[in-house]
Amino acid sequence: MNSDLFRFAAPQAFFPVAGKLIPWFSVLAGVLALAGLYIAFFVAPTDHQQGESYRIIFIHVPAAWMSMFIYLVMAGWAGMGLALNTRLSGMMASALAPTGAMFTFLALWTGALWGKPTWGTWWVWDARLTSELVLLFLYLGFIALKGAIADPVHADRAGAVLALLGAVNIPIIYFSVQWWNTLHQGSSINLMAAPTMAATMLMGMLVMALAAWMYSIAAALCRVRSIILERERDAAWVQLQRNAT
Amino acid sequence: MGATAKERNVNWGSLDNFLAMGGYGFYVWGSYAMAVLCISLEVFFLKRSMKKTNQ
Repeated sequence: MNSDLFRFAAPQAFFPVAGKLIPWFSVLAGVLALAGLYIAFFVAPTDHQQGESYRIIFIHVPAAWMSMFIYLVMAGWAGMGLALNTRLSGMMASALAPTGAMFTFLALWTGALWGKPTWGTWWVWDARLTSELVLLFLYLGFIALKGAIADPVHADRAGAVLALLGAVNIPIIYFSVQWWNTLHQGSSINLMAAPTMAATMLMGMLVMALAAWMYSIAAALCRVRSIILERERDAAWVQLQRNAT
Repeated sequence: MGATAKERNVNWGSLDNFLAMGGYGFYVWGSYAMAVLCISLEVFFLKRSMKKTNQ
């Protein structure tokens, strides 16, 4: 096993690395978001069916992708913590949850604002929308559960079990448009088929998605630093860190 | 598909047209405004917690 890689699994070693990475990911997120917004509003053509309302897609799809992807990464960290008992894993899972919840809320909010002009309703209890709402509750439940347990080791374990059980919901969200009859349109991107949307629309969506990725990484790194300091506040290295700043 | 980005470049004509979004302004800007609000709030709280833990 590569011992260099495992060295950074210690919170103490990871803390400064995270600190150095945050500005890079933040700048990347900002630049990509500006480029993405430019494409979204000044390059991508008007949709011949939906008119300008489709421009919500540039927020909606990246937010929906992130909501699912962050959950999988969170569940992955949580599972790793259960299996290997590494301290950093539970902290990473906690650091990702609020950002994941934020993107889930945004996916639902923008979906409602897109649904009204396109379907004539803000909300329907169909498979795609309902499973995405369940995802929001999973994030909130995960945050609440961890917050309710005082001992961090127990909190990490209980949170990990919830996160792993809830991961079943992700394929349900993803495949819901194929498995059930739903108002929601099919996938915007299918790796197996030629894209059905204008190249510039696709490009705008991908650039915005990349921006959301970079933002999520920066936010999670920032939050994990706070969590590390909070949890290890009695450790000698944190005391030294405090005295140095 | 097919046409290049340049050929399809959107020309809004005026700021009013841009803000109107072809009649969908409320829905489009309502979406983007909430995204900006959520991200600003998260950044604000992240910065605050970093300051707190650094003390």
